[in-house]
Amino acid sequence: MSFSLTKDKRGVVVVGVDGQLIVGNRQELKQKVLESLDGGAKQFVIDFTRTGYIDSSGLGVLVSLSKKIREQGGDLRLAGLNEDLQTLFELTKLDTLFSIAKTPAEALAAF
Amino acid sequence: MSLDVPSDLGYVGPAVELIADQFQGGGTPRALLSPRRVRFNLRTALAEALANAIAYGNRYDPHRLVRVRVEVSRDAVRIYVTDDGAGFDPATVPDPTLPERVEREDGRGLFVLRSLVDHVVFSERGNSVCLTLRAG
Repeated sequence: MSFSLTKDKRGVVVVGVDGQLIVGNRQELKQKVLESLDGGAKQFVIDFTRTGYIDSSGLGVLVSLSKKIREQGGDLRLAGLNEDLQTLFELTKLDTLFSIAKTPAEALAAF
Repeated sequence: MSLDVPSDLGYVGPAVELIADQFQGGGTPRALLSPRRVRFNLRTALAEALANAIAYGNRYDPHRLVRVRVEVSRDAVRIYVTDDGAGFDPATVPDPTLPERVEREDGRGLFVLRSLVDHVVFSERGNSVCLTLRAG
């Protein structure tokens, strides 16, 4: 499991989540995104295309990051959720809190 | 299968993979659950149960272990996750999807757990949970 950060020409940061986002690695994701935010980035896409599962701690860290990014005048979008992960967001009603795109490309185009 | 897991959240992911591996590939018990349910439902629910046991049950006490026992029958998989804590009353946990709670960072574990398996039963003391996934 790992996180990869890339930045497009406009400065939008795309974070790939490889494997899982759970209680054991959520702090790593949080730290990476906050470091990027502190470095001046404002717009973020979290790409779940290669993600198997997300637990409630992982959902919690996404809520936390979304708040912090919005406080800095930025925006966080999610992309690449498979059917199961999409259902998880719908069950928890978190689909009402996040902008969710089908693909990272769609999320990037929406900025 | 039985597994003792140290009360450290860093062990949740590896413990989940160890148990999920028993259900991947071909043959019994591997054929009991679909790959999709192993990949998502089993892994996520087990991660929730372990994290709850480590954090709220054993309170990260390094001298305490979380015990996991997996029972496989012809029609279901039952996973028992037991900690050494004082237990809790699951009926007191508020619904995290209420409008006033949906923006909270925590409090979704039990809800997610219940949403992803077919049956959840807590022991009377509340320190042990049995997750049932029916075959399929």
